[in-house]
Amino acid sequence: MKLLLIAAITLREAARRKVLLAAALLSAGYLALFALGVATQFRGPHAPAVLIRQEITASLLQLALYGVSFLAALLAIVSSLETVAGEIGSGAIQALATKPLPRWQLLLGKWLGFAALLAGYVAVMTAGVTLVLWLGRGYAAPHLFAAAALIWSEALVLLTLTLWFATFSSPLASGVAALGLYGLAFIGGWVEQIGALTGHPGAVRVGIVASLICPSEELWRRASYLLRSPLPGASRFTPFGVASAPSGAMVVYAAVYLAAILALALRHFSCRDL
Amino acid sequence: MAVIRAEGLYKFFGSKLAVANLTLEIAPGEIFGFLGPNGAGKSTSVKMLLGLARPSGGRATVLGRPLGDVACRARIGFLPEHFRFYEWLTAAELLRFHGRLAGLDRRTARQRAAHWLDRVGLAAHAGQRLGQFSKGMRQRLGLAQALLHDPELVFLDEPTSGLDPGGRWLVREILREQRARGAAVFLNSHLLGEVESTCDRVAFLREGEIRAVRPLVHGALAAAQGSVPVEVRAGGLGAELLAGLAPWAEVVAWAGDHLRLEVRREADLPAVAQYLVAGGAAIFAFTPRRATLEEAFAAIVGREAGL
Ligand SMILES: Nc1ncnc2c1ncn2[C@@H]1O[C@H](COP(=O)(O)OP(=O)(O)OP(=O)(O)O)[C@@H](O)[C@H]1O
Ligand SMILES: [Mg+2]
Repeated sequence: MKLLLIAAITLREAARRKVLLAAALLSAGYLALFALGVATQFRGPHAPAVLIRQEITASLLQLALYGVSFLAALLAIVSSLETVAGEIGSGAIQALATKPLPRWQLLLGKWLGFAALLAGYVAVMTAGVTLVLWLGRGYAAPHLFAAAALIWSEALVLLTLTLWFATFSSPLASGVAALGLYGLAFIGGWVEQIGALTGHPGAVRVGIVASLICPSEELWRRASYLLRSPLPGASRFTPFGVASAPSGAMVVYAAVYLAAILALALRHFSCRDL
Repeated sequence: MAVIRAEGLYKFFGSKLAVANLTLEIAPGEIFGFLGPNGAGKSTSVKMLLGLARPSGGRATVLGRPLGDVACRARIGFLPEHFRFYEWLTAAELLRFHGRLAGLDRRTARQRAAHWLDRVGLAAHAGQRLGQFSKGMRQRLGLAQALLHDPELVFLDEPTSGLDPGGRWLVREILREQRARGAAVFLNSHLLGEVESTCDRVAFLREGEIRAVRPLVHGALAAAQGSVPVEVRAGGLGAELLAGLAPWAEVVAWAGDHLRLEVRREADLPAVAQYLVAGGAAIFAFTPRRATLEEAFAAIVGREAGL
């Protein structure tokens, strides 16, 4: 099917980019550093009690996967920037858009290619982090698949936003806009957290509005919530804890949001002049 | 049935009118030259016919289907004005990919890619990446990409741009092959020579509007309206003989062996020649002076260099 031809070539194209090489090197370094940290901790005479160790290990996992989600989000934005906007600019899209496949399939094929790339990235990184913790600590993380899927979805939200922006603006502008929304969601998430911890409903509301505008951070927080230590109430004292846990409804909202933005992108791409 | 039928297509960019009232009909197997100065609207017209740009008004069918029909694109080939594609693909990979997208199966795509690489003179560079290709090499590859699925209708937007003389001959040859195969070609150009040597019909575009459409016969513009100037060099001319030309032609000048006529209709040329021979004239030269494409272009579109 032609859609899959496009997905395959997009994947190959992304894999040939320097961006991916840079991301791979950065991620390998990240994992190595994490392994080093895990290996050197709890050595020496002041090793903490078992419960606290487990608590710290759970936080370590959250911390490490937060890094992964951040890298995946950046990869989603940076790798997809050039495709649509760049190809419209260079005219490369003209040879594609005059082939016998509908425009929406052309864009959806690209989307699928990037989605596969991100899935691979998140899977490898999550596996790496988990493996380090398992080998170093014998710690088996809870809800790992669900957490990885949520991190992937977060990257998909940013990918879809970037592609949508790219159907009507330059690569640079699309990247800045997508990063801006990511930042907005990030700050909104923290405002909500702090509001919840200090009991300010106004701040919580600001956070909710931010996550309605861009639900990326919310998806991460849901993942983080699933990864928390089983000890009740413990993780709220760690920097990556969840004082106000996002509900399942937020995940549904994110799915609808993703579908809507994707539909907008496909529609706009189908209508515009190339 | 016409392969292209356009009725009053318009294209505005903001308030700027790029194409106005584009109306034309192209027959199967016809090579149609679309001539005009820079910015005349040639590329925009092609983009509308290909469904890349949405017309601001008007109607058209391509291969009997309305604009934007997806399925009929399998029977259309297109060489864009600036052919660009992923720099990391090799020439062979690029052609195979485009062949597959155009609807060929894997094996056929592979065969056609090999055939067309050879045809456009890039067989030795099949495994080379596009990023290392020169402009002319890219253009040849773009041409192969437009033709490898044997389309019934081919749009070529300035196919010889960036090509060396060998490449230009190649394009000419390929155009004739396409015509022989029965494919129609829509050729955008501002190079009069390439149009003159290949096209069956030519339209002159200026400021978005078609100013004239003329058939080309053996590389010469058929007379636009009526009369054809003819230069004759012949012995045995006489006043009486010349007076008898009245039904077909008018004598413009006559001095000794040299005669200039204005023949009213191109179709009368044989009759004039026969009459002169029958009347005892010994003809050394009988040369109808048809307007060259360049003269026609200058007359219709103008000679200004500016835009
Ligand atoms: N995307 C666009 N936005 C605004 N104006 C445009 C756009 N594309 C073309 N135009 C304008 O439309 C007119 C026709 O452009 P077009 O590219 O069709 O010309 P052309 O005949 O192909 O010229 P050339 O011989 O230089 O290729 C020009 O005046 C151009 O400025
Ligand atoms: Mg042009």
